[in-house]
Amino acid sequence: MGCIENLPYEMVLPLGASFKECREYVEKNFAEFWYVDPGYKLFDEYIIGLPPIALGIDGAKIVFPYTKPCHGTYLLAVDDADEAARVRKTARKKK
Amino acid sequence: MTDTEENLTGPTALLVLGCPEVPVQQALALHIAHQFRKRGFLVHAAGNPAVLNLLKVSEPEKRYLPTMQVLEQCIGEIVEKKRDARLCIVFAHSDAGITYAATMRHLLPEARLVVIIFGKDPEPLSALADFPCEKIVEKAVHNPMQLRRRINEVFGWAA
Repeated sequence: MGCIENLPYEMVLPLGASFKECREYVEKNFAEFWYVDPGYKLFDEYIIGLPPIALGIDGAKIVFPYTKPCHGTYLLAVDDADEAARVRKTARKKK
Repeated sequence: MTDTEENLTGPTALLVLGCPEVPVQQALALHIAHQFRKRGFLVHAAGNPAVLNLLKVSEPEKRYLPTMQVLEQCIGEIVEKKRDARLCIVFAHSDAGITYAATMRHLLPEARLVVIIFGKDPEPLSALADFPCEKIVEKAVHNPMQLRRRINEVFGWAA
C-alpha cells in the first residue's frame, strides 16, 4: 500500500474479503454510511472498487475498502476527524 | 506521461495486469502488446512492482511495452485527466482484478474495455463483472494457448 499502509489502521475484515462483502458489511454494521465512486480521494489516495463504494463512519472513524492486486480487498478503519468531516461534505447518501 | 510516451504516436491501449502468480498472464500480456504495437498502438502497462519487473526482465529492449507504470500512479493520472486510453484490457484472476476492471470502467467510460478472466476457476469471477465490458473467460493457469486463441478471436488476429 502507499500512504494508507502508513496510517494507524484497524483491519475490520481480513484480507481476501470480496469487494461486495465489504460493501455489505459497511451497510449492515454502521448506522452512518456514505457512497462514493472509484477515484474518490481518501487519505490522499484514490479509492478503487465496484461503484458505489460504501464508506462507514462511526464518530471520527472511517471504514473503507482498500484493494491490493495480489490479495484482494481489506476493509480498514482509521480514526481521522477531519477526513470524516470531509467525507460527510463530499460523499453522497444514495447509491 | 513519460518522455518516452511523448515520442510515440498512435492510440493508446492500456494493459492492466494483476498479481503475477498465474503464469499465463505474463506470456499473454507480451502477446497482446506485440499485436497492438504491430498495429500502431502505444501500449502502456500498469501493474504492481513485481509484475512490472517480470515484464522488464522479459522484454529488455521495450519493443512491445515501451512504457510501464505502477497501477496506483496510473489510476491517479487517469482520475486527474493526465492519461487516457482508447482501449483498456484488464487481466483478472481474482476479486481484486474485477475490482480494478470496474474502476477502469468508471474512469474510462468511452474506452473499449476487455476483461480477460482466467485462472483455476474463472466463472464465479465472471459473474462479479456485472458492468458493461467485453469478457474473455477461460480456465488457464500454465498453458496460454487456448486463452490466446480466444483473445485472437476477439481482436480479429490470425493465430
